[in-house]
Amino acid sequence: MADLAAPISAPRAASATWRSVANGLRLRYFGTPLNAAITLVCLYALYKILPPILGWAVFDAHWTGTAAQCREARGGACWAFIDEKFWFAVFGLYPYELRWRPATMLSLFAAMVGLSLFRRLWSKNLIYAWLAASALMFVLMDGTFFGIEIFGTHVPTRLWGGLTVTVFIAVFGLATGYPLAILLALGRRSHMPVVKWFCVAVIECVRGVPLVTIIFMAAIMLPLFLPSGMTIDRLFRIQFAYTIFSAAYLAEVVRGGLQGLGRGQYEAAESLGLNYAQKMRLVVLPQALKMTIPAQVNTFIGLFKDTTLVVIVGIFDFFTTLRAALGDPNWMGFPNEAYVFAALTYFILCFGMSKYSQRLERDLSPETRR
Amino acid sequence: MQSASSSSAGAPAWWYDRTARALALQAALLLVVVAASIFFFSNVQTNMAARGLTLGFGFLDRSAGIPIGESLIPYTPSNSYARALLVGLLNTLRVAIVGCLLVTLLGVFLGILRLSENPLLSGLVGAYIEIVRNTPVVLQLVFWLVVFQQLPSVREALNPLPGIYLSQRGLKIPVFEWNQAAAFALIGLAAAIAAIVWTVRRARAHQMQTGEYRRVWPICLGYLVLLPMAAAHLTGDRLILSVPELQGFNFAGGAELSPEFAALLTGLVIYTAAFVAEIVRSGIQSVGKGQWEASRALGLSNGRIMRLVILPQALRVIVPPLTSQYLNLTKNSSLAIVIGYQDLFSVSNTSINQTGQAIEVIFIMMTVYLVLSLLTAAGMNVYNSRVALKER
Repeated sequence: MADLAAPISAPRAASATWRSVANGLRLRYFGTPLNAAITLVCLYALYKILPPILGWAVFDAHWTGTAAQCREARGGACWAFIDEKFWFAVFGLYPYELRWRPATMLSLFAAMVGLSLFRRLWSKNLIYAWLAASALMFVLMDGTFFGIEIFGTHVPTRLWGGLTVTVFIAVFGLATGYPLAILLALGRRSHMPVVKWFCVAVIECVRGVPLVTIIFMAAIMLPLFLPSGMTIDRLFRIQFAYTIFSAAYLAEVVRGGLQGLGRGQYEAAESLGLNYAQKMRLVVLPQALKMTIPAQVNTFIGLFKDTTLVVIVGIFDFFTTLRAALGDPNWMGFPNEAYVFAALTYFILCFGMSKYSQRLERDLSPETRR
Repeated sequence: MQSASSSSAGAPAWWYDRTARALALQAALLLVVVAASIFFFSNVQTNMAARGLTLGFGFLDRSAGIPIGESLIPYTPSNSYARALLVGLLNTLRVAIVGCLLVTLLGVFLGILRLSENPLLSGLVGAYIEIVRNTPVVLQLVFWLVVFQQLPSVREALNPLPGIYLSQRGLKIPVFEWNQAAAFALIGLAAAIAAIVWTVRRARAHQMQTGEYRRVWPICLGYLVLLPMAAAHLTGDRLILSVPELQGFNFAGGAELSPEFAALLTGLVIYTAAFVAEIVRSGIQSVGKGQWEASRALGLSNGRIMRLVILPQALRVIVPPLTSQYLNLTKNSSLAIVIGYQDLFSVSNTSINQTGQAIEVIFIMMTVYLVLSLLTAAGMNVYNSRVALKER
C-alpha cells in the first residue's frame, strides 16, 4: 500500500507545500482588503522612492574622473569627489609625511574594537589594554610624551582633523568618562548627604542642559576660570566637556545596574566582612556593569553621534572636515555626495554597534543565559 | 580576654569609626568645592579686569543690535539684550512645544505601524527607524536645510493643499487674522475644552455607578465647533481667514514659517519620532498576550481593546522614556545654530561675541535650559504618577 501511495503522494506533497507558502504569502500581504491596500501603497512608495535613489547613487553615478567630467555628465552622484577627498576626511590637515601616525592610531583603535567584540576576551586585562592603547594613541597623534619626542615632530592639535579627531574624542571621552561615571553613580547612592547631593547636582545639571552649551562653556568660559598665563589646548578643553557629559549619562546607566542588583548581594558581601571598596569592586560592580552592558552600548552610540556637535566651536571632526572639503574651488557643488557619504559612514558604525548590542542583550538576558 | 587586651591598648583611632570617617570625607569634599569656587572666582575677576570688563548683568539693558529674523513678540535690533534673549527663548519654546506635539503624534502612529502584520509596512517603518536613529542629528538638520533650500522659487511654489505653499522662502499657511473675534473664539475654545472634560468625567462617573455607557463624542464635537463660533459671534467683528496669495514676487496674507524653522522642526521631529516609535512599540509589546485574549473573550472590538486595555497598561512603560525624548528634543533644538535659526543658544552666542560677558550669558542660558528640563520632567512625572500602576 505504501509503495503504491508513494509515487502519487510525493508530487502532491510538494505542490501542497508550494500552495501553502503561496497561501501564507497571500494572507500576509492581501489577507483583508485593508491589508491589500497597505501592500499596494507600500509598493507604490517603494516604486517612487527606490529607483531615483538607486539611479542617482549607483547606476548614473561617476566613480572616477574630475569635477569637470562629473559636471558634464549631469544626473548621477559624483563619487569621484569622495574618492578625491577621502583621505582628507580621514586625516584632515595632519602633515602629509606624518600621516602614518594617525593611520597607525586608527588601526590600533580598530584592532582594539575587534578584540573587544569577543566576549571570551572580556577581562580586567582588556581594560588595561584599552588604557595602554589610548595612551599610545595620544602619543601617536601628538608625537611627544611629556615633551619628549617619541614619534618625530610634535603636531599641534589645530592640525588634527577628520575621522581621527572623531575617534580621538570618542575614545578619550569614554576612557576617562567611564571611571568618572562609576564614581558618580556610587556617589549618588552614597549614604553621605554631601557626597550624594554633590553627585546628584553634577549629574542632573549636565543632563539638563544641551551638550552644545557645555562644549561652548569649555571653549569660551573655561579660559576665564584659569589663572592668567595658564592655557589649556582648545581640543583638550572640548575633550573635557565631552568627558563630563559622557560621565553624567553613563552614571545613570550604571546607577540602573546598581539599583537592579538584589539587596541580598550587598548583604552577603557585608556578611563576608568585606569593606566598602572590596564589596563594590569584587561583588557589586562586576554584576551591575555586566547587567547594563547593552544599555551602555546604546549610550555609546548616542555619545558617538554627539561627537559631531564639536562643529559649533570649529573643531574639525569627520563631518566638519567633509564640509570643509566642499569649499575646494576645484570641487564646488557636491554637497549631497558629501552628506550622503558622511551619513553612510556614521550609519555603518552606529548600526553595527546597535546590532552588536542587541545580540549582547539576547546573550546576557537571564532567560537565555546558562 | 581578647576584648580586655584591646581595650587596654586604648580606644581605636577615629578613622576606624564609620561616622567620623563619613563626616571627614564630606567635610573634605565641601572644602574642595568651596576652595575651587573661590579660586575660579578670583581668576575670573582678574581675567575680566584684564579685558576691561566687569562681572555683572548690567549689559542686559544695553541695546543689542542683533537682527533677529523671526520673533513671536515685537522686536527691533535697537531693543535690549534682555529682550533679544527673550526672543531667542520664545523661538526655542516654539520649536520645542510644536516639536513635542508632532513627535508624539508621529511617534505613536509609526510605533503602531511598526507592529503591523503586513511585513512590507513594518519593514519600511523599521528601515526608516534604523536609518534615522543611526545618523547624527546635526547631519540630518543640515540635510533638511538643503532640502528646504532646494525647493522651487516663490513663483513656482508647491501647493500641496489649498492655501498651503512651499517655496524657498519657507512654508506659508492660512491663519485667522488677530482681532476681537479671534480672541473671543480662543476663549470659547478654552470653554469648550473645559466643558468636554466635565462631560467626559460625568459620563465616566455615571458608567461607574450604573454600568451604563454614554456616547459622549457627538456632544463634545458640538462643544468644540459651536462654543468658539458663538463666542466670536458675540463681538461685532467677524473671523477672517487670511489665505496666502501670490502677489508679484512674494506672498501676501497668511503666516510664514521660515525655511530654517521648517528645517529645524522637520529634522527634530523626524529624528525624535524614530526613538518614540521604538518606545511605543516596546510599550505595546510589553503588555501580555493574555490581555488581548481576555479582551477578545469579552467581545471587545480591536479599537476598544487598544484604547481601553492595551494602551493604559502600555503607557506605564512608555511615559518615563518618552519624557527623556521630550527633553532630548528640547535640548537638541539648540543645534538650530548650525542651520541659522535664531533660538536661545544662537542669540546667546551672538551676545557673547558682542559683549564679551561670556560667564553671565552662559549662566543665563544654562539656567534657562535647566529650568525647561526640570519643568518638562516635573510635568511628565505628574502625568506618570497618574498612569503608573496603582497597587491597592
